[in-house]
Amino acid sequence: MTSISTTTTAPEPTSALDPGPTRRRVSRRRSILRSWQLYVLLLPGIIYLLIFKYWPMYGAQIAFRNYNPADGFTGSPWVGLQHFERFINSFQFRDLLVNTLTINTVGLLVAFPVPIILALIVNQLPSERFKKFIQTVLYSPSFISVVVVVGMIFLLFSPSSGIVNNVLTLSGAEPVFFMGDPEWFRPLYIGSDVWQNAGFSMIIYLAALTAIDPSLHEAAKMDGANKFRRIWHIDIPGILPVVTILFVLAIGNIFNLGFEKVYLMQTPLNLETSEIINTYVYKAGLQQAQFSYSAAIGLFNSVLNLILLVTFNYVAKKANQSSLW
Amino acid sequence: MTTTSAPLAASSSFEKRDGFLSRIADPTFNIVTVGLLLLAAAAIIYPLYFIVIASVSDPNLIAQGKVWLFPQGFTLEGYETLFKNDALVRGFGNSLLYTGVGTLVSVSIILCTGYALSRRDMPGRNFFMILFIITMFFDGGLIARYLVVRDLGLLNTMWAVILPGAVGVWNLIIARTFFETNVPAELREAAQIDGANDFRFFFKVALPLTKPLIALMAMTHIVAYWNSYFDAMIYLNDESMYPLQLVLRNVLIQSQASASLDTGSIDSYAAAQRLGELIKYGMIVVSTVPLLIIFPFLQKYFVKGATLGALK
Repeated sequence: MTSISTTTTAPEPTSALDPGPTRRRVSRRRSILRSWQLYVLLLPGIIYLLIFKYWPMYGAQIAFRNYNPADGFTGSPWVGLQHFERFINSFQFRDLLVNTLTINTVGLLVAFPVPIILALIVNQLPSERFKKFIQTVLYSPSFISVVVVVGMIFLLFSPSSGIVNNVLTLSGAEPVFFMGDPEWFRPLYIGSDVWQNAGFSMIIYLAALTAIDPSLHEAAKMDGANKFRRIWHIDIPGILPVVTILFVLAIGNIFNLGFEKVYLMQTPLNLETSEIINTYVYKAGLQQAQFSYSAAIGLFNSVLNLILLVTFNYVAKKANQSSLW
Repeated sequence: MTTTSAPLAASSSFEKRDGFLSRIADPTFNIVTVGLLLLAAAAIIYPLYFIVIASVSDPNLIAQGKVWLFPQGFTLEGYETLFKNDALVRGFGNSLLYTGVGTLVSVSIILCTGYALSRRDMPGRNFFMILFIITMFFDGGLIARYLVVRDLGLLNTMWAVILPGAVGVWNLIIARTFFETNVPAELREAAQIDGANDFRFFFKVALPLTKPLIALMAMTHIVAYWNSYFDAMIYLNDESMYPLQLVLRNVLIQSQASASLDTGSIDSYAAAQRLGELIKYGMIVVSTVPLLIIFPFLQKYFVKGATLGALK
């Protein structure tokens, strides 16, 4: 559920009971002691954070070592950038990079506008009841698990008994072996993604739309603006900040999207277009136990992500003053 | 005030020129958009509906493309086989267990931590907040996380499925914001004067005020744990511990259903194949029904979660 974030935390307001600079140190120690119960409440979260977030971060150094289970994270010998070089020079490197980028950029270009358009239309619906009904239907697929959605794709697009191929055969076309054809991997992946998630992403834009001052619409109506004009001149500028932030975040995740689903949709026959960096990390690392090598690939991936995120955040900031930080 | 007449004149000439167009603009817009939305709704509902009717139809008729709107050759054979399948029943039980315990653990940690982080008078609050937020942008990666879980000795235990993803920073921020806006500092000061300490205040006053948050977090985690398969796939080797989604994946996607059935002769192999298809449709229904039953409740909280997240 990670979507937008605010990295800025509000500055701590100085308490009304602040005794002044001279006794500050004493009072700080006292207020720490007085807050012990709060620290107890915080403790489970901090322990979780240290064990499952920071320990793996510390462990990521095995990307620069030859990891040996007996020696642990820090005992194995340093090898510098050897694993990174091996990956960049490997014959799969180009394909993996191209596949990762194509699936995600094409996916982003296709899938990103759909929820915005849906929200703009739904927001204009005259009947409240129809609006509710459409909303409910549109986001119902977001409760379904990825496994089930991919299972449905396999069933509905099956060459022998799937309904899609039944339609094709009835209309005189040749049946298509969708899951075994590299050409069909991207359309199916992106299409099912839109099918499952567009309705849910729409909620965010709908919420942003309700925040727009209704008097703007009233005034525009008085001036004789039709619905299309009001969408163009009021709604779209109104939600632009939210759109920008979500777009920056989506860009920042371009190397990370949909790993679980891509992995599930892979068949030996469509690997040509379906093998992405993350699935390769899983296979090289956990299935073939090349821990250091695949940790290096993972790190390479994360660094690319971070660079993209920072760059696009900078661009967005310059362009229209809305950014993550 | 001569300047105001210019746009007025312009707009009235616009009215004249496009009088007809602007009169039909809104009705046309309504017809086109309602039509589009109905189409989208049909595209979402029909596949789901088809799965349901296919799960009770004769597999031969499905293969021949005769099942469209209503079940044909009604049969419950798929479901009968399904409920006799040990792996599925066990997976269902495991998923219930993981979802229950996982939700309890996640929600407890999020509530306690979120509350502490919402207290502006807690020394070091910003430091802890930054500590959490950093993890939204940096991540140790799959391999390092796996090795940590292994080193902790959690492989092949329920905790490997529950703990590594128990706390999402995003949910923590939502919780913190909720406490900040719904539990005013004045209330706490009043309680302190009455002699309540932080624990007492948190459990007796703050938590009862945050029922909507608790419900939201519970719903989010129930859906997330029920639907997750990846952690189970990485950390569990013992098939008897597999959650439902992993059993589903093995049957639906890796197609092991027909393999486990009798495949003595070609005839029965074909029959097994067909029954396998039927089982698959049924499995999708069985695994999704629990969530669909609580869908009306779920929906409200999901929308709230998305909106809270967006507007923060």
